[in-house]
Amino acid sequence: MSAHEGSKEGYDFAHPLPLSLLFGVFLALTALTVITVAQASFDLGSFDIVVVMFIATIKACLVMGIFMHLAWDKPFNILTFVGSFVFVALFIVTTLYDSRATSQDSIPVTNDIVAGPSPEMES
Amino acid sequence: MATSEAGHSADQHAGDALGHDHDHPDYLAHHFDTPEQQFDSGKLGMWLFLVTEVLFFSGMFCAYAIFRAWRPEVFEGCSQFLNTKLGAINTGVLLFSSFTMAWAVRASQLEEHKKTAALIATTLCCAMVFLGVKAVEYSHKWAMGLLPAGLFSYDENNPHPPGPNWLLYICMPFIVITIGVFLWMVISRATKAKFQFQCAKPLFFVCLSFFGGVYLGTVLEPKVEDHAVHASADGHADAAEHAEGDSHAEGTAGAAGADEGEHTEEAHGAAPAEEETEKPVIELGSVVPKSGSMVDTSRDLEIQRKLASVEANSAVRDELNALERQDMKASGAITYHQTDDTSNTIAGSEEDVMRRSRAGVFFSIYYCMTGVHAIHILAGIGVLVWLLVRSLRKDFNRNYYGPVDYVGLYWHLVDLIWIYLFPLMYLIR
Repeated sequence: MSAHEGSKEGYDFAHPLPLSLLFGVFLALTALTVITVAQASFDLGSFDIVVVMFIATIKACLVMGIFMHLAWDKPFNILTFVGSFVFVALFIVTTLYDSRATSQDSIPVTNDIVAGPSPEMES
Repeated sequence: MATSEAGHSADQHAGDALGHDHDHPDYLAHHFDTPEQQFDSGKLGMWLFLVTEVLFFSGMFCAYAIFRAWRPEVFEGCSQFLNTKLGAINTGVLLFSSFTMAWAVRASQLEEHKKTAALIATTLCCAMVFLGVKAVEYSHKWAMGLLPAGLFSYDENNPHPPGPNWLLYICMPFIVITIGVFLWMVISRATKAKFQFQCAKPLFFVCLSFFGGVYLGTVLEPKVEDHAVHASADGHADAAEHAEGDSHAEGTAGAAGADEGEHTEEAHGAAPAEEETEKPVIELGSVVPKSGSMVDTSRDLEIQRKLASVEANSAVRDELNALERQDMKASGAITYHQTDDTSNTIAGSEEDVMRRSRAGVFFSIYYCMTGVHAIHILAGIGVLVWLLVRSLRKDFNRNYYGPVDYVGLYWHLVDLIWIYLFPLMYLIR
């Protein structure tokens, strides 16, 4: 790359990723998708959501790191983007704790019709 | 530099209105020193935008998390209506489009103009296939009445009521656009507008791939979905009906109710347990008087107490506990500092699954999340078309590939969201 225009500062900063790497990531993502779908047919009990989220996070890391070039990006960009997930975690965890304070939803169901007259037991 | 600039006909990024009295290339805005500085500024802006996107979607993921924490059984029940096969295919399509997008960034960095345009067009085609499959999924659900809360009108006994052809309605704007692009292509060919024809040709194939997606969806939908949904719908119907019958007998639920209690626990996750629970319903119908809970229940209660003393019958114990609480409440007892388990009855636990309001809330979340995601796909299609035209114009080179990179980042984020959305929505047992 550098041979083209001499080495003028601020030019020729691109570093294209090798095609084999991109294709490898794509294959890995596809394989992980197949695994996610396959594991749904096994009963893993309450570990279910953990396994699913773990696989999804591996996939997300592959996409972020390679496809989005985050692995070669400026540290500030990495900090900014990854930092947003910290706030997402904070948001969801605190709200979930809050929702624990009210053990049930308050969706009115007493007037619902399911497959016959509605029961009066609820609420 | 001269070689890479040579082909550029237009330069909206160069601030040409101010005139080019200095010696910077025309793709470099005059307030930047170097192309690298220009690229880095744009990239930082893009990352900040993506941060707002992540935070924006987190609100919906939060709603999902809360509702799932409250009603996991509603999610299990309603997730049966989502076609995993179509979801998985859409995941694959989106991953492939992400791959072609990343490849397009590489091609634009290497100044392979033709390849860049072809790869962007491929990405566009994938986006359209995704929307086509989505259109089939949505229209199928609308026809079944699987709609957001308030509109949810799914009927287990009549899952396919006659209604408008939703798929046709969704396809309508795409048909119009396809015809428009086709006419544009023909006219530009006839008037020998070479560049316009060059743009219209790939765009026509992009439009056609929407119908490819629709075809793919319709091929896969009826065989798989119908069967699966009927099976699970029957399960739900029976469970719901059963809950109904049972709740009439609330308070009088005796031996038969207790018998059912055991099943309820097992049937909690897997709705289709109708064979087992069929019998008690009939018994209840004949034994229990119509007047319901106001009947003297002392004898049945005695039986239930005995059953509840067995360790395995935890559902019966819960039922009994709930009935006692209800009794306390009814007689005016103050029940502060005690968990509110008055609704923790056998009927209460079973009926959570397909209550319309709650199922409606699941579908509200489903439509909100996938719908906003689809809007992002549409926006992505918009910017990708812009990118396609610019790449056909050979605007990009090794020092100016920022737009391809930024749109790529956006596209990968849309993919990223789907990576989480797919297992959370489609893969709940």
